[in-house]
Amino acid sequence: MEKVVEMRGITKVFPGVRANDDVNFELAKGEIHVLLGENGAGKTTLMNILYGLYQPDSGEIYVNGKKVDIKTPGDAIKLGIGMVHQHFMLVHNFTVAENIILGKEPKKGITVNMKQAIQDVKKLADLYGFKIDPEAIIEDITVGQQQKVEILKALYRGADILILDEPTAVLTPQEIEELGVILKNLVKEGKSIILITHKLKEVMSMSDRVTIVRRGKVIDTVRTSETSIDRLAEMMVGRKVSLKIDKAPAKPGKVVLEIKDLRAQDHRGLPVLKGVNLEVRSGEILGIAGVDGNGQSELIEVITGLRKSTGGKFILNGKDLTGKSPREIIEAGIAHIPEDRHKRGLVLKYSLAENAVLGKHYAAPFAKGIMMNYARIKEYARTLIRDFDVRTPNEEVMASALSGGNQQKMVAAREINKDPELLIAAQPTRGLDVGAIEYIHKRLVMERDRGRAVLLVSLELDEILNLSDRIAVIYDGEIVGILDAKNATENELGILMAGGSLKNKKEGGIV
Amino acid sequence: MTANANNSHNSLLNVLKSTYRTLLFPLISIIVAMFVAVLFVVWGRGVGFFEGTSLLFKAIWNGSFGSKDSLIETFVYVTPLLFTGLANAVAFKTGLFNIGVEGQFTIGVLITAILGLISGLPAIVHIPLIIVGGILAGAIWGGIPGYLKAKVGTNEVVNTIMMNFIAMYLSNYIVMGPLNKPGVASTPEIRPSAMLWRFLGENNRLNTGLFIGLLLIALVYILFWKTTIGYEIRAVGLNPYAAEYGGISIKKNMILAMVISGGIAGLGGAIYVSGIQHNAMELTGFIGYGFDGIAVALLAKSHPVGVLFASILFGALNSSAISLQLVNIPKQIVFLIQAIIIIFVAADYIYKWIGEKRKKEAMING
Repeated sequence: MEKVVEMRGITKVFPGVRANDDVNFELAKGEIHVLLGENGAGKTTLMNILYGLYQPDSGEIYVNGKKVDIKTPGDAIKLGIGMVHQHFMLVHNFTVAENIILGKEPKKGITVNMKQAIQDVKKLADLYGFKIDPEAIIEDITVGQQQKVEILKALYRGADILILDEPTAVLTPQEIEELGVILKNLVKEGKSIILITHKLKEVMSMSDRVTIVRRGKVIDTVRTSETSIDRLAEMMVGRKVSLKIDKAPAKPGKVVLEIKDLRAQDHRGLPVLKGVNLEVRSGEILGIAGVDGNGQSELIEVITGLRKSTGGKFILNGKDLTGKSPREIIEAGIAHIPEDRHKRGLVLKYSLAENAVLGKHYAAPFAKGIMMNYARIKEYARTLIRDFDVRTPNEEVMASALSGGNQQKMVAAREINKDPELLIAAQPTRGLDVGAIEYIHKRLVMERDRGRAVLLVSLELDEILNLSDRIAVIYDGEIVGILDAKNATENELGILMAGGSLKNKKEGGIV
Repeated sequence: MTANANNSHNSLLNVLKSTYRTLLFPLISIIVAMFVAVLFVVWGRGVGFFEGTSLLFKAIWNGSFGSKDSLIETFVYVTPLLFTGLANAVAFKTGLFNIGVEGQFTIGVLITAILGLISGLPAIVHIPLIIVGGILAGAIWGGIPGYLKAKVGTNEVVNTIMMNFIAMYLSNYIVMGPLNKPGVASTPEIRPSAMLWRFLGENNRLNTGLFIGLLLIALVYILFWKTTIGYEIRAVGLNPYAAEYGGISIKKNMILAMVISGGIAGLGGAIYVSGIQHNAMELTGFIGYGFDGIAVALLAKSHPVGVLFASILFGALNSSAISLQLVNIPKQIVFLIQAIIIIFVAADYIYKWIGEKRKKEAMING
C-alpha cells in the first residue's frame, strides 16, 4: 500500500481547546478515506493543517514519502493537495470556467484566453464524468453543481489528493448519490480522497477506510467493509447510542397554527416566500424538509416576527398574528429554538441566568416594574439547568463558556419552559454530539405527547424522517408537497426537495 | 458539601480572574503612558531618566493631590467627568457611540445658565428646577440623533457631532445676544438660589455636585444590572439579534439609551454651571468635558465604578497642568498621557476582537 499522505503526531492547540492531540493519519493512494467525528472533534482542523491554513504546534507531515513543511495553501497546491471547503468560495457572477481558471488563467498575450479555458474545463469535466456547462453563471446553477465546480477547481490546479469538507451537507439525496459516482471516477483515475463527515450512512456507502476522531484524538482506523454503522457510532461518541427514536403514533388535535399564502422578501428585496400554505396541529410534529436556502429560515423569521411579511397571514389559535412584534408573538404562545444559537438564541456574554429569562425578563415573577428580581431569575435558571441536564459549574457562568450541546440544551430548556402553544425548532441539533441530539429529540417528542404543536425545520433528512409525523417539503419558497412520515421515503423527499414532482408516481404517499 | 465548597471557590477564582483580566490592560496602558511621558521629559529637558521621572511625578502629584488646594481642584475637574463618563458608558453599553455628550453637556450648561437667572425662587425649588432642566435639555439633545438612528438609520456618530456644533453655536448666540452681560463674553451670574453648596467655603469651587455624581454612579450601576432597562440595553449592545429574538425592541432601546446618556450629560452641564462656573461663557471651542468623558468611559470599560477611578485619574492630570508648567514641562504632556492610555485601551478592544475571532474559527473548524 503506497502512502500518499502521512501525518504523524500532529498537535494543535487553540485558546482553550486542544483541537488535535498527537494525531496520526495516513492516506493510501487511490482510496476514499473518511475522517469521521462529531462537530468539534478536530477533523477540519487536521485537514486545515494539511492544507496549510494552520500550522501544527508539533508533528510531521509526509507527502509521497517526503517530509514537507506546508506553510500556506499555495504550498499544499504545489504538493498536489486540493481542498473543497464546506462553504464554497466562488465568484457568483462569473461563469463556471472563469471560476475554475481564476488565479491560473491560460493567457494570450496579456488577455485571458477564454476559448482555451473553456476547452480545458470541458476536457477535465469529461475525463471525470462531470456533467457541467463551462459557460453557465455560478448564481444560476444548483448547489450540487457549484460543488462540482469547486472539485474541478482543485483538479485544474493539479490536485492528486482531494480533501472534501462535509460535502454532503448541502446536497439532496440524489445529488449525494451523484457525488458518490464522481468520487469513484476520481479514484479510478488515480486520485486519493479524504472526506470529512459526521454522517454515518455516507461513510458506509462511499469510503474504503475510516479514521474516527473524538475530542482531538484518533480512536481507530478501520476498513469500511469490516465495520458497521452501530460500531462506528459507538466509536464516534464513545458509548452505545440509539439512532432511532421510540415514539408512539401521534394524536393530532385541533389546528394550532394556520399559515395562509404567506409571502416575504429577502434582504435584497427578492421574493423568498411565494405563498406558503401550512397547518400545524396540536399533538403533532410537522417537519419542514428542504435544501438550505429555499425559504425555510425566512418562514420561521416571519412567524416569529423577526421578518416582515409582504402578503398572506398566519393565525395562532384563531388569532391573527401577522405583522405583530416578536414580543407580542412570544406572549401569544409561540416559542422558538432558533437555527443559530450564537446569533439569535443566546447573548453569549450574558450569564446563563440572564439568558434563561430572555423573552420574559420583563414580566413577573422575574421583574416588577423596571426592577429585576435576580434571586428569582437565578433560582429559575437552576431549575432549567437541573431539568435539562445542562453541564455547567453554576448559573452564573457566561453562556459562551458552555459547549455547543449545553448551550443548545439551555436554549431548548428556556423555550420549552415557556409552555408554548406552538414550539418551533429550527435545526435544533445542528452541531451537537449524538448524546445531546438524543436528548433534544426526546424532549421534542415529549412536548408533542403533551399536546403541543411542534414545527420542526431541519436540513438533516434523517432528523426529519425520524421525528416528524407529517413532512412538508419546501422548495423555492413554496410548500411543494406534504407527506405522511410513515410512508415517506428518502427518495420521494429528495425528488420534491429538488423541485421535482411525484404526480406520475403512485398517489399513496401524498396526504 | 465538598462540591459546593469547590463551586464557590471556583466562582471566587473566576471573579478574581475576570477582575484581573479587566484591570490588566487599563493598568498596563497607564504605566506605559507614564513611561513614555517620562521619556519625553528626559528628551525635552535633557535630564537623566530618574531625574526626569521624579520631576514629572512630583509635578503631577503636587498639582493634583499634593496640597489641600490642589486636591480640591482635582475634584472640581473630576465632578463633570463623572457625568460625561457615565453618559458615554451608557451609550457604549448599548453599542452606540455618543460623540454628542459634548453637545448635550453644553446644552445643559446653557439651559442652566438661563434658568438660573430666574429670580424669586427658593433654593429648594430652584435647584431641582435646573437639575430637571439640564436633564431634559440633554435628553432631547441625545434623543434626536437616537430617534433618527432608530427610525431612519442615520449614523449616530455623524448626527451627534452635528448636534455638538448646533449646541455650541446656539449657546454662543444666546450668551452673546439676548442674555449677554454687557462688557463680558458671558451670561450674568446665576442667582444664589440656583447655586450648589460649596461645602468647603466660597473660595473653593468644590461643591455638592460631586456627591450627586457619586450617587449617579450607584444609580447607573443599578440601572445596568438590576433593572429591565439595563438588561435590555446591554442585550442590544452585546447581541442585537438575540435581543430582537427575545422580544426586545432594538429601536426603542437605542432611543432610550441615547435619551438616558444625553440626560446624564445634560445633568453634568447643569451641575457644572450651578456648582462651578455660575454662568455660561462664549465658547471659542468645545468645553471638552464631553470628549474627555469618552476617554474616561473607554478606560473604565463602561463600568460605573471604573468611571469613578478613570475620572479621578483624568481629573488629576488636568489639574496638574499648572504645576507642570511651573517646572517647565509643557502641559500638553497631559494630553500625551491621555492619548497613549486611549490608544492602549483601544488596542485591548482590538486584541479581544481578534481573540474572539480566533476562538470562533477554532469552533467552526473543530
